[in-house]
Amino acid sequence: MTLTIYIPKDSGALALGAEKVAAAIGEELSRRRVKARIVRTGSRGLYWLEPMVEVMTEKGRIAYGPVKPSDVRSLFDAGFLRGDQHRLWLGKPEKIPFLARQTRLTFARCGIIDPLSIDDYATHGGLAGLRRAVSMPPSYIVDKVTESGLRGRGGAGFPTGIKWKTVMDAVDDRKYIVCNADEGDSATFADRMIMEGDPFVLIEGMAIAGIAVGATKGYVYIRSEYPHAVATMNAAIGIARNAGVLGVSVLGSPNAFDIEVRVGAGAYVCGEETSLLNSLEGKRGVVRAKPPLPAIKGLFGKPTVVNNVISLASVPVILDKGANFYKEFGMGRSRGTIPIQIAGNVKHGGLFEAAFGMTLGEIVEGVGGGTATGRPVKAVQVGGPLGAYFPPALFDTPFDYEAFAAKDGLIGHAGITVFDDTADMLKQARFAMEFCAIESCGKCTPCRIGSTRGVETIDRIGAGIEREKNLALVADLCNTMKFGSLCALGGFTPYPVMSAINHFPEDFAPKPVAMEAAE
Amino acid sequence: MTMQPASTDIAARAATVVAERRNLEGPLLPILHELQAEFGHVPQEALPVIAEALNLSKAEVHGVVTFYHDFRREPAGRHVIKLCRAEACQSMGGDAVAARLQELLGIGFHETAKDGSVTLDPVYCLGLCACAPAALVDGEPVGRLDEEALQAIAAEVRA
Repeated sequence: MTLTIYIPKDSGALALGAEKVAAAIGEELSRRRVKARIVRTGSRGLYWLEPMVEVMTEKGRIAYGPVKPSDVRSLFDAGFLRGDQHRLWLGKPEKIPFLARQTRLTFARCGIIDPLSIDDYATHGGLAGLRRAVSMPPSYIVDKVTESGLRGRGGAGFPTGIKWKTVMDAVDDRKYIVCNADEGDSATFADRMIMEGDPFVLIEGMAIAGIAVGATKGYVYIRSEYPHAVATMNAAIGIARNAGVLGVSVLGSPNAFDIEVRVGAGAYVCGEETSLLNSLEGKRGVVRAKPPLPAIKGLFGKPTVVNNVISLASVPVILDKGANFYKEFGMGRSRGTIPIQIAGNVKHGGLFEAAFGMTLGEIVEGVGGGTATGRPVKAVQVGGPLGAYFPPALFDTPFDYEAFAAKDGLIGHAGITVFDDTADMLKQARFAMEFCAIESCGKCTPCRIGSTRGVETIDRIGAGIEREKNLALVADLCNTMKFGSLCALGGFTPYPVMSAINHFPEDFAPKPVAMEAAE
Repeated sequence: MTMQPASTDIAARAATVVAERRNLEGPLLPILHELQAEFGHVPQEALPVIAEALNLSKAEVHGVVTFYHDFRREPAGRHVIKLCRAEACQSMGGDAVAARLQELLGIGFHETAKDGSVTLDPVYCLGLCACAPAALVDGEPVGRLDEEALQAIAAEVRA
């Protein structure tokens, strides 16, 4: 058996020193004259254990982590190549509770396979969905996706199958599949992990979408803040072309489909679908008024499917295992699994894919293990910079689109930022307005001007100037932004602002006069 | 020290970059990215060349360049640090990290050191939210920034 060592190359692992660890392992191998194959994988998503190194042994893969370059020699001395005990020994990765509790459908291969080996991909169940899709009538594919109950994972939660049907039914000489990989929300990294760890699943999902709606061209619009994802996607697309997965005849079928990567340029608002389309067309990333829907008049005025990375990457498993298999997971109208990203001030941060329905408290305390600082949790922001701040009092809220909406929040792209009790919620509310002001595309007045006025008004509250009056003014302004903005940037900024005010009124109250220190 | 290219060189190079990409659908962003990769910024002299080739007005091209945070109007420093300022990094002491890094580098956000060694830019999320606070240093991710890591970054960009 060839000795195989798996070292992640995911950006998060790189940020924690994976490259130095890989170099140290390489040196130690040559110093000891041991031959081994090093496979650079994506991340399993257990970031507090990254860089997590795995070794293939007779008992299966054994993990060690978090590994520092200085640990490498002692790992070899302890016999880690045989999976022997060491201070950093974690055992079989799939037995680590954080992973064992998950239901990995979309992320089934992430962190396990070589992201750029299409053979690895196929061996681990890849391409099965696309093989089925090329043998089906397009409307049958769309029906499957509709039946699965899959809803847009980018944040809006719109049923994917219905969007596809609209594009399928539209008659035009060209149609497009656009993958929204402009993952700009803080606390979200699921798209990045898929693109870096299992890019073929996204390519497969896009090809299925193309065949279903009659589109032959796809674009992946990736934010420039993700240079490694851009590089991996570009490499994977080239490999997929050579393997006949993309090109004039997808898997030998009469369907043509190809994909091109386009890189954003640092504008958060381009994560909004119409703004993204303008950006792809080479224009300012200004939001378009809807209607017309992109499904009717999208990229270059043609019928276009705009889907998030995770929505598209969830399609292959649905085609492979069936709509019912996928639908069995979840609750209410939120079907299937959702990759929850646990981030910020949290002990066990990372990617946790699970069926809808876990409570927020289970996720933050049970899975995340509370704060990294060990202090009490004060608030969690769910859904990125446009999502509401939830206090522990609302931790019984189940992870479900409708349940979150009922509590004046949203699950968005399912990122959760944990804050400990040192957080100042007035500061967070102010930041929400400030962020909106920085990133507003400027097209509509409530967002463009409202956000700036919001910062000023919250500053006045902080300075204790006409507190009640200004709080009422912020509430009124939020109402105007919510109902008067063209897109979610201006429309949802009120969520973090109002939730901070409503759930943490003490942070907006007059500051108590500091007591004189006792002698 | 690299010499500033003459404006005629820029125009000529811009013409080539445009010609290589004008058959793309929506070629403007790929063109601007390539020019910035080459010159470290989008030179003013390139705008009329792009406008002419793509049948746009100069104002339209200018409008696109100025819309996006990434496109620079002036060359950046030899090193570029993009420090995340978004919520997940805030929750892990990102404000203190930002203050300390500015102090160590002697520059504020959106500024380049006088010796041209380094530019500091704020970014809003690098997708490294489970290893916050995070930054990109010359395109390479760095996580869990603490005093030691900040000192190392400052020393590296000054070297």
